[in-house]
Amino acid sequence: MVKEVSDITVQKVWDVLNQIPDPDIPVISIVELGIVRNVAVKDNNVEVIITPSYSGCPAMHVFKEDIITTLTNIGAKKVEISITHSLAWTTDWLSNNVKEKLKNYGIAPPEQNSETEVLFSNKKITCPFCSGTYTKRTSQFGSTPCKALWYCNNCQQPFEYFKCY
Amino acid sequence: MTKFIVRLIFIKCLKAQPICNDEHKNARYNFCLRLADNNLILAQRLAEWCSKGPILEEDLAITNMSLDLFGQAESFYDYAAAVIESNSSADELAFLRSEREYLNTLMVEQPNGDFAFTMMKQMLFSAYTKLLYESLSKSVDRTLAGLSAKALKEAKYHLRHSSEWVIRLGNGTNESKERVQFALNELWLFVDDMFAMDENDEALITIGVIENTKDIKPKWLMFIKQILEEANLQITSNTNSISGGIKGIHTEHLGHLLCEMQYLQRAYPGAKW
Repeated sequence: MVKEVSDITVQKVWDVLNQIPDPDIPVISIVELGIVRNVAVKDNNVEVIITPSYSGCPAMHVFKEDIITTLTNIGAKKVEISITHSLAWTTDWLSNNVKEKLKNYGIAPPEQNSETEVLFSNKKITCPFCSGTYTKRTSQFGSTPCKALWYCNNCQQPFEYFKCY
Repeated sequence: MTKFIVRLIFIKCLKAQPICNDEHKNARYNFCLRLADNNLILAQRLAEWCSKGPILEEDLAITNMSLDLFGQAESFYDYAAAVIESNSSADELAFLRSEREYLNTLMVEQPNGDFAFTMMKQMLFSAYTKLLYESLSKSVDRTLAGLSAKALKEAKYHLRHSSEWVIRLGNGTNESKERVQFALNELWLFVDDMFAMDENDEALITIGVIENTKDIKPKWLMFIKQILEEANLQITSNTNSISGGIKGIHTEHLGHLLCEMQYLQRAYPGAKW
């Protein structure tokens, strides 16, 4: 008997999930973002456990559809997505490698834990374009829930900062 | 003997878990519903600012806060429904309950007023939710703890943003100071209602799902006084207060808000995006 598709392994699921880009920041995958918490496979039925990033992030709905499509394409019979809320997602899970990718894409990576932020903080974030630190926060809210707006006085470019969370 | 030990361990494990009889389930349902309602109603109010912000950055900031609160509301509604094993979706809970079924605190349903009023309301409310979520993130109910830990991160951003504006406006022009002081005086009427508790809280305190939320008020007051001092604002000497949100008794503003928010689902039941 010829098998049309090879059996799905846990490793294979992780590998293909690692190819799914974040819809807002396509240079990093949903695995690198830390959204995928666990994977279970039984008889080509796949269960993927994910955790939401930001409470109201509309990208979550896209993540779910992308996961189902991708896994169905590699021959999964049934794809179930469960959501866990414990532990809460944090930017501390982003590896240095991922932070480097963000920087090369033009988004300043998170620099510290948000716990330490104070009112009227004059903290300087390093500009992802010129690496200058003569920068200024324009707004702590930006184009997506994960980003803040900054401006670099060195190279006179506005840039986005991936907020600590 | 082994059987006996196994039984003992079993009993011990049971005791460590929150006991879940129907009364506690209902208490947890009501408590989560209240958290969700607070977030939903304030999110809806903030969304009213969309495209009307005083500057582009504030338009983005206010709608970002609104989005966070909509998201938190959805999670708490989903969890509330899961607790009582109901099939109600977050959408049904949001769009198909009437005014008297809403358990939100009165402060969040108040109209936006001007920018100072919105920021003052946000600061008073976020200072409360920050302390509340800090406490809930230690709950023995792990889902509630996880949801609160996430909401806490967002509440901190909202609190920082609104506190900075209250301080800026208080130290700005005569006009801005007058407006932000007016907001404080008006909103102070609804402060006590935020801390209102009922038999649901009592039940959840006894099983350790929530800590005694009465402890939150003094901490809240200490924080608020600090910000108001920096902003050169005075707490009103008027000690009147209105409450009732927790019992579903609201000010006249909630009904109008719901009319607009629920219109589509009421007119076209089951309509999907």
